[in-house]
Amino acid sequence: MTMPRYTRTAMLLHWLMAVFILGLFGLGIYMADLPLSPQKLKLYSYHKWAGIAVLTLALLRVLWRIVHKPPPLPASQAHWQQLAAHAGHGLLYVLIFAAPLSGWLMSSALGFPVVWFGVLPLPDLIAKNKELGELLKLVHEYLNFAFLAVVIGHALAAVKHQWLDRDGTLNRMLPASHPEENR
Amino acid sequence: MKRLLLPALLLASFGAHAVEYNTVIAEKSQIAFTSRQMGVPVDGKFGKFAATLNFDPAKPEAAKALIDIDLASVDAGSKDANDEVVGKGWFNVKEFPKARFATTSVKALGNNRFEAKGQMTIKGKTREMSVPFTYKPEGAGNATTGVFEGTLPLQRTLFGIGEGAWADTSVVADEVPIKFRLVASPGIAAKK
Repeated sequence: MTMPRYTRTAMLLHWLMAVFILGLFGLGIYMADLPLSPQKLKLYSYHKWAGIAVLTLALLRVLWRIVHKPPPLPASQAHWQQLAAHAGHGLLYVLIFAAPLSGWLMSSALGFPVVWFGVLPLPDLIAKNKELGELLKLVHEYLNFAFLAVVIGHALAAVKHQWLDRDGTLNRMLPASHPEENR
Repeated sequence: MKRLLLPALLLASFGAHAVEYNTVIAEKSQIAFTSRQMGVPVDGKFGKFAATLNFDPAKPEAAKALIDIDLASVDAGSKDANDEVVGKGWFNVKEFPKARFATTSVKALGNNRFEAKGQMTIKGKTREMSVPFTYKPEGAGNATTGVFEGTLPLQRTLFGIGEGAWADTSVVADEVPIKFRLVASPGIAAKK
């Protein structure tokens, strides 16, 4: 059976971002409560570098999507499910920008600029402001817990379609087992 | 009468020019620094310090300065950092509350640029340092102040600032440039 799939590039961007984002959730939760140490400073830097990588990938992904129409959802899916899927994906698109941007804003406000991979200084988005920084820290935290919840919902939906409905929804985001099926 | 007036005027005008800045105005002065953590520049400053100096622009070689920094007044950029940096591995302010810089010589480099040599003492360790600085008069008449600005190229590991795991200069860079701006007035009476 031939079914429309995402392009190889879209798949690569999706799964690369999935790995980065899951790693960032874990790292973020782990590092936040560590006592100050060289290790903590390193982890914060890695987190910031990876976060900016996600932001960059998000930008590439949106540009790619604008010129490459995604494959339709299986027609067997109920209308409300398709609507929910589109809403969920829309939310994810917002969050892949909002999550790293909130971290960048928070870093700027707290007076710790982002120097990507330790070599490329990124501009501060806002001036140093301690109170605003503390507020943005909370925004970054809650936004990402919301992000995590949406990601879990996204994954559960994929699992449901793959193993309960068996409607091939997930295959659209997986490389074909027969190479000729890849676009 | 005229014969007396001319030298008197000359003397008076000379006296007004031979100003010696000797009273540091604390509110207008500041000592700040930039630490580099994983390549990220983080600004900090010292809230309390006492500085005495004598600087006569006509005789810079005779200039002297003594600066005592209250290390507990550090703002290293965040609360975590402030709590950490006063501790034993860093400044150890309980045993060594102050950092002191005392000049030993001052050399004019021209163009209002100077170089001070002196001894920096932190955590009981004393090291020779040379500090380039500029001098600029501001204001006029009695309100004239001298503004002294420069950057002291401190290497933290020379003084054991950041020991143990913190000695790793790939995380916190060794160089911590200390930027200072000292504003001094001629004080109550310009000494002749």
